[in-house]
Amino acid sequence: MATVRANHGARTVASTFVGYFILVFFALVFLYPFVIQLSASFKTEPNAALTPLNPVPDPFVTDAYHKVFLSTDMPLWLGNSLIVTIAITLGRVLLDSMAGYALARLRFRGRKALFSAVIAILAVPGVVLFIPKFLVLKQFGMYDTYTALILPIIADAGGVFIMKQFFESIPRSVEEAARIDGAGPWRTFWSVVLPMGRPALITLTIISFQSSWNELPHSLVAVQSPDLYTLPRGLAVLVSGSLGSGNQYPLKLGAAVLATIPVAIIFVVFQRYFVRGANEGADK
Amino acid sequence: MRLSAKARENIAGWLFVAPVIVILGLFMLLPILMAMWVSLTDWNGQGSPFKSGVPFVGFDNYSKLFTEDGLTRQDFMTSVRNNIYYVGIVVPVQTVLALGLALVVNSRMLKGKGFFRAAFFFPSVTSSVAISVVFLFIFASSGAVNNLLAFFGVQGPQWFADARGILHLVLGGLGVVDVDNPPAFLTSGGPFGLSWWDWLAGPSVAMSTIMLLVIWTTSGTFMLMFLAALQDIPVTLEEASMLDGAGRWKRLRFVTLPMLKPTLFLVLTMGIISTWQVFDQVYVMSQGAPGKTTLTPAYLSYTQAFDSFEYGTGTAISFVLFAIIVLFTIVQRWLLRERNA
Repeated sequence: MATVRANHGARTVASTFVGYFILVFFALVFLYPFVIQLSASFKTEPNAALTPLNPVPDPFVTDAYHKVFLSTDMPLWLGNSLIVTIAITLGRVLLDSMAGYALARLRFRGRKALFSAVIAILAVPGVVLFIPKFLVLKQFGMYDTYTALILPIIADAGGVFIMKQFFESIPRSVEEAARIDGAGPWRTFWSVVLPMGRPALITLTIISFQSSWNELPHSLVAVQSPDLYTLPRGLAVLVSGSLGSGNQYPLKLGAAVLATIPVAIIFVVFQRYFVRGANEGADK
Repeated sequence: MRLSAKARENIAGWLFVAPVIVILGLFMLLPILMAMWVSLTDWNGQGSPFKSGVPFVGFDNYSKLFTEDGLTRQDFMTSVRNNIYYVGIVVPVQTVLALGLALVVNSRMLKGKGFFRAAFFFPSVTSSVAISVVFLFIFASSGAVNNLLAFFGVQGPQWFADARGILHLVLGGLGVVDVDNPPAFLTSGGPFGLSWWDWLAGPSVAMSTIMLLVIWTTSGTFMLMFLAALQDIPVTLEEASMLDGAGRWKRLRFVTLPMLKPTLFLVLTMGIISTWQVFDQVYVMSQGAPGKTTLTPAYLSYTQAFDSFEYGTGTAISFVLFAIIVLFTIVQRWLLRERNA
């Protein structure tokens, strides 16, 4: 009996060791590229090419960032990305939750059909819409404007779905009380239901922010003038165009760091909402 | 005039959904209808596609993809071949990796769950463009990966310039075929204007880097889905099987995996749907090069329209892609119905 238990104990220790080994190994695989990215952006160009694996920049220089801000359109791209991302995020949170609330709670004719339509639209793959979206924007005379960057994606079926699911999960009693007090549907929605929806609203805000901040293809089909480039678009151009001589890796990686930072900060602060968002996506 | 409560709720309901209906209608539904028309024309991007001067060509744009011998079909079939290998490798690998990581992270003996979960998930939330830049640097010919390989005495390839197919390399390495002089019965013909030899190339070395990148970025999301499902498995069930004397592998095989089946299914279909749409990485990292081995239907439809001004061909390709994805979605729904019944 004793030997059996000792054997068992040894096996537990061994499998704990193997478990940690796997976790640490993959943590390195998943995170070390970011370390390389960050450190290379503070290296000199020859140094970045010579010691790509070394996490410590020696010498430590900020030339890449100076250059990113002074010799590229980075300030413009950042500004455009901010405008577009904020507008889309606000729009999605408001419009998706209005629609989600109506689909969950208000009894109106055609509700079921509308919800089926939302589900159908969820299944439309984004890449299929590249050229079609361009056609519509051209037809409406919106092509190459801020409106083109924002309006077509200011509401999304996925967000409507998440909000509908959420509103269905909260008890009706609160709304009924408001209704008995004589509040109309809008008042009930705005001052009673929405405040209760905080967790879902934060989740939606975060996934909207993240997806519109990172969005590349929509920008490709909506605008062409460099004045309207968002950060991912500007970064893509920066990478494909040979900016002067050499590979300019510190510069490109520095620009990529700037594109990563906002989402990284939000990720660290609101991680559990990201997790929730990923799993809501799964319920579709 | 006072409306009845029912009528008021009806109006309120429509007002609440109106903005979303307008946006989705104008920018999802209408575009699809317009594109269906354009895919039947030879519109070159000048003026409106609905003017009378635009040549109507019927299903020519589609037959150019499948039956007419020519560059368009060759490019399209090459892109389909590339994407088939891409889906066939990325989906199983990312699913197994996600499941494995979820099982290890979920293990009750290990601490630091929160940190490792966050570490594995982080790549999924970052910008695909930014990540592509990082991978361009890491896989550069004197980059981090080749440095690491050199440490083990392996000379790494010129990743992004290497158009050689992996399958060709393997077959050549095993001595089954001579890569420089492939057998005539393979090169002489094959379906859809591409020789058997070309179909059997496998993903190129350059494409492999994009596959690695995508596996690396998406495994985290799928791991979270597996984790959520694992946490839903009742502890009593596992304890019961332990009391029954089931070892770890038996428990995994007969208790855990069957409970994960719906999630596994979902992860596979979501994976298939998204891998057929690979675009951003190709756009940033390779633009279809080298030797068209990273060309994908999504990227090809984009370049056909916006670089070659062949809007008809471009939209036709996107509808074929649409059909492929819808087919997989229907198969998924159908299989799920079987399961629920």
